Amino acid sequence: MDKVYLSHNNIVSAYGFQSSSAIDAIAKEATGLHLTEDTSVLPQPFFSSRIRQENLEQKYSELNPKEKHTRLEKMLLVSLANIITKSNLELTSRVGLLISTTKGNIDVLETNNPFSEDRAYLSVLGEMIRTFFSFKNEAIVLSNACVSGVLALAVAKRYINQGRFDHVFVVGGDLVTQFILSGFNAFQALSEEPCRPYCKTRSGINIGEVAASVLVTKDDDKLVGESVAVLGEASCNDANHISGPSRTGEGLFRSIERAMSHAKLNPASIDYISAHGTATMFNDEMEAIAFNRSGLQETPLNSLKGYFGHTLGASGLLETIIGMHSLNRNILFASKGFKELGVSQPLNIIERTTNKEIKTFLKTASGFGGCNTAAIFQKVTV
Amino acid sequence: MNGKAIFETDETDFSIFIKSAYEALHIDYSKFFKMDNLSKLAFMIADVLLKEDTEKDVALVLSNKASSLDTDRKHQQSISDSTNFYPSPSVFVYTLPNICLGEISIKHGLHSENAFLVFDKFNPSFMKDYTNSLLKEGNAKKVLCGWVNFDNGKYDAFLYVVANKGTFAHTTEELTRLYQTI
Repeated sequence: MDKVYLSHNNIVSAYGFQSSSAIDAIAKEATGLHLTEDTSVLPQPFFSSRIRQENLEQKYSELNPKEKHTRLEKMLLVSLANIITKSNLELTSRVGLLISTTKGNIDVLETNNPFSEDRAYLSVLGEMIRTFFSFKNEAIVLSNACVSGVLALAVAKRYINQGRFDHVFVVGGDLVTQFILSGFNAFQALSEEPCRPYCKTRSGINIGEVAASVLVTKDDDKLVGESVAVLGEASCNDANHISGPSRTGEGLFRSIERAMSHAKLNPASIDYISAHGTATMFNDEMEAIAFNRSGLQETPLNSLKGYFGHTLGASGLLETIIGMHSLNRNILFASKGFKELGVSQPLNIIERTTNKEIKTFLKTASGFGGCNTAAIFQKVTV
Repeated sequence: MNGKAIFETDETDFSIFIKSAYEALHIDYSKFFKMDNLSKLAFMIADVLLKEDTEKDVALVLSNKASSLDTDRKHQQSISDSTNFYPSPSVFVYTLPNICLGEISIKHGLHSENAFLVFDKFNPSFMKDYTNSLLKEGNAKKVLCGWVNFDNGKYDAFLYVVANKGTFAHTTEELTRLYQTI
């Protein structure tokens, strides 16, 4: 089977409107999380990373929109426009559009929202994005909880391998809304301080927002410096509980094993793990068990949630893009917020941002519904 | 099922319909009553299709139009009035469409591939390609696929198992025909 690559990429985040804006800040270990007071979202102040509205409006207006778009649509359009332009690809019937989101325009359900409730349908969101750029194919919307972002890359690769598309533009995004914050707060999962994945003092998650996009392609003449090949990917359900992770890390362990077997790699060939690390007690513990079962306890690992918070349906995509840049720059980024190991099994958490020759990384994610995804990416020299 | 009715009723109210089906089909599973409407619908049909199957490498690829909007509206209602604010974890967890895949996985012990896709209407062509890729690349031995939608009290579902051997051809035309006959 031919190789499938990740190429042009973009991150719209609290750091700015390019992947490099985020990467440069992360390289300096600068967090995007700030104490936010917004009682329309949560009665008490909370840590979050959000895109500045006035900057977003500016970037959006540069696209000369003819229709009105929601905030999430603006984020997705701005991010996707950037990579469509950079790739210079003609949007023929051989080009797919895949959108990764958990909740889409869920804020339109709020009483004061000016948009009609129709906009809450993810297919309507998909159609707004499709028509803006005149994609020839209906948008495929993937909504698979917190693994959506990385699973979207697997789905794109599979459609390409199946001969359906030559290229797929994948874009992911979710908003920081009252809907989400009130829900996680009801679970008592929100941290009152910047999150600390895998740390002894961790106290839960922060929710953040980004839009991220990447071109998935089979053409090796469409690559960029940070391009990677998708070597293997797998998703396995825990078959255990809908809101609690498996105590044995079953689904994540199986996903990693299957992804490694598809990639024909062993644990020693993985240079870096970009883990999920939400900083809840149960999630981080489950991951530690799964990584140990897979023999990956000595592999350098980080969670990027300390920079962005948990960005839901975009997180796996966002963190994969950062992994691409990490490989390209040969830098292991510090796992922000970590001080002292607070899981029952050993893990090699990256405590300081360091230079290291790295070629191959594993990205993992886990989410509600017992879903887990693992994917392995390798640097390509262009 | 395969063109034959296994349960019939004139009842259109979902809660009465699904409870009668639960009893008629002898499903004995206490977790069923905690599920939201979308999960109940998907779970019930999956149970009929999977209960005799010993294969455990069965991927789940479901799709719909309304995602989890039925439960989303319930959660939104619980938070729209600050003087009557009652968000509940047991509702919030169902505000993701893939939770029904988790429910099916738990019941049948499936540690398999899951994907929940959203389209304007049943999209046999995209569903077929993704399913074929899972089978071809060895990501599953069988795939439980289909459409399961619940929106404003209205619901419809069409689920099918795809394997290397079977009764019907796995083509866009045949899927369209089968979907239209239900």
